[in-house]
Amino acid sequence: MNKRIYIGLLCLTVVIALPFGTDAFLGRSWVRLLDFALLYTMLALGLNIVVGYAGLLDLGYVAFYAVGAYLYAMLASPHIGMHWPLWALLPMGALLAASFGAVLGAPTLGLRGDYLAIVTMGFGEIIRIFLRNLNITNGPAGIDLIDPIQIGNFSFGSSHSLLGWDLPSIYNYYFLFIVLTAFIVLVSYRLSDSRIGRAWAAIREDEIAAKSMGLNTRYLKLMAFAMGAAFGGISGVLFAGFQGFISPESFTMGESVMILCMVVLGGMGHLSGVIMGAILLAILPEAFRPLSQFQQITFGHVWLDPANLRMLMFALALIVVMILRPEGLWPSPVRRRELHQNDAMPASVQKEGP
Amino acid sequence: MDIFLQQVINGLVQGSLYALVALGYTMVYGIIELVNFAHGEVVMVGALVGLSVIERIASRGDTGWGVIAIGVLVAIPSCMALGLGIERVAYRPLRKAPRLAPLISAIGVSIALQQMAALIWGRNYLHYPDVLSNPQFHIGGAVITQVQLVILATTGILMLLTWLIVQKTALGRAMRASAQNPSVAGLMGVNVDRIIALTFLMGSGLAAVAGVLVGTYYGVGNHTMGFMLGLKAFTAAVLGGIGSLGGAMLGGLLLGVIENLGAGYLGSVTNGTIGSNYSDVLAFLMLIAVLVLRPSGLMGERGSEKV
Repeated sequence: MNKRIYIGLLCLTVVIALPFGTDAFLGRSWVRLLDFALLYTMLALGLNIVVGYAGLLDLGYVAFYAVGAYLYAMLASPHIGMHWPLWALLPMGALLAASFGAVLGAPTLGLRGDYLAIVTMGFGEIIRIFLRNLNITNGPAGIDLIDPIQIGNFSFGSSHSLLGWDLPSIYNYYFLFIVLTAFIVLVSYRLSDSRIGRAWAAIREDEIAAKSMGLNTRYLKLMAFAMGAAFGGISGVLFAGFQGFISPESFTMGESVMILCMVVLGGMGHLSGVIMGAILLAILPEAFRPLSQFQQITFGHVWLDPANLRMLMFALALIVVMILRPEGLWPSPVRRRELHQNDAMPASVQKEGP
Repeated sequence: MDIFLQQVINGLVQGSLYALVALGYTMVYGIIELVNFAHGEVVMVGALVGLSVIERIASRGDTGWGVIAIGVLVAIPSCMALGLGIERVAYRPLRKAPRLAPLISAIGVSIALQQMAALIWGRNYLHYPDVLSNPQFHIGGAVITQVQLVILATTGILMLLTWLIVQKTALGRAMRASAQNPSVAGLMGVNVDRIIALTFLMGSGLAAVAGVLVGTYYGVGNHTMGFMLGLKAFTAAVLGGIGSLGGAMLGGLLLGVIENLGAGYLGSVTNGTIGSNYSDVLAFLMLIAVLVLRPSGLMGERGSEKV
């Protein structure tokens, strides 16, 4: 018991010290990157409920992120002149996204696997097209001058001094995001071994068997969509307040794909794995940035466009990781065992020739 | 001018291009149950390789369909090599992995191809050189161009050819056997690995033709052009029932026509409240409606699922 408390304290210290250390060694832009990594972590944890727990492949997850973000942007900006506080908008964002999740999930209940993927993707695109074309969302230009997040009199958008330290807004947001990420981790963790979590696992492994055991698969799947969407909505609200500006371009299908990659690359259904996947993929493109300096130094000239080269390296990393560790970088021990129990078995289909 | 007929013609042309790409998705899916996310990017590479070749020839002053044909003939082997390489490097090692792993590596391949294309051809839109005079023909109040006619004819012939290969040859029989049950097909003496490679080869060849035709039709190409095209083609394949050749063709044509009718009529039907920019919404809504009513697509296999 004592050991766990020490480990907990150690983690807490690291989490608190992280932005300061990052700022000192890597620079302020990396702290901003940390904030984004936390937003992605929340998104990945939300999608993990749908994909990892319930086994429903969702390629339009970013729609719920968009719903949360646009809710905050419209009700807390000069756009229509309303300035609602965070404590009202955060639960509203979660609820609205959850109801979107349930409504969009309802017609897809009969579909499985890749059919479900394409329909969720279709929904994601539909929502983006509406955001692009409606007047109330200000079309492709998006909404700017969004209020920074404020709790009571404490504005996260400006710097505060604490014990002589000057804390700029990215630090404030970091700590806010840490608290909410911790909340989402806690909920996910408690869900995973709850009655509903085990029911999701049953559906994921064999839907027909789950149904014949008397599980209400309809209700359970809707529940998964709604819960996952709620987390997406929360992240969206935070994103809008943090960024101060949003446009439909932040919510393309590429984002959905990226979040899915985080979940699968980290290790579907395993919280530590998903968190690691999210942080890794959020930071990786940035980590390849020195490539252009490398070119400059070795060849005396930047031959290849650094932005494209960065994404190319990122894509290759994705492929290599999947080939080396198809179950994800950090899968749950149970899943690992399941996948490797057949390793000792002889001859596969692929080996047979004419 | 007859708007309805015009939109149907445009829709059929666009739809036949979707169908050609959709064939590649559906054949691969039929055999290894993988959504080959990178297929749209193979089309893009075909279009850009074709563009480079056509540009080179056109710069000597040559014009006419022969130039386009040479572009196609160079693009086909390039895309075939690419398709084979993708299968070997990114998909084959993952054939027995959990279901989502090959999907993620496919996404990786797709991003990688886009970025490589951007490195090779740059990030700007490239214009297909003007090598065709493209005369127009009038039918019943609508206009159809020579390019459109050639696209319809080419895709028609290629679809027929694909259907003949799959239904009438020994290779096709081996493909269908591998799709039904790879392990039993293997026991019956089918080299499943080879069949899968050949499937990728065929799909990529069709993608190359589609790429050059798309470039010729719209006149532009760039490294992101494959994404939306691939998405639409995949939608078409699902709409028709993924795994079914006829379904891919029907789904493609249907999607093209609906999209174009939507673009032509949405504005006037709704008095301008919903404009033609919502035509994609219409296409996706129709897909959702079809799948809700017929969960395995229009021409997909019906019956009980495998347990």
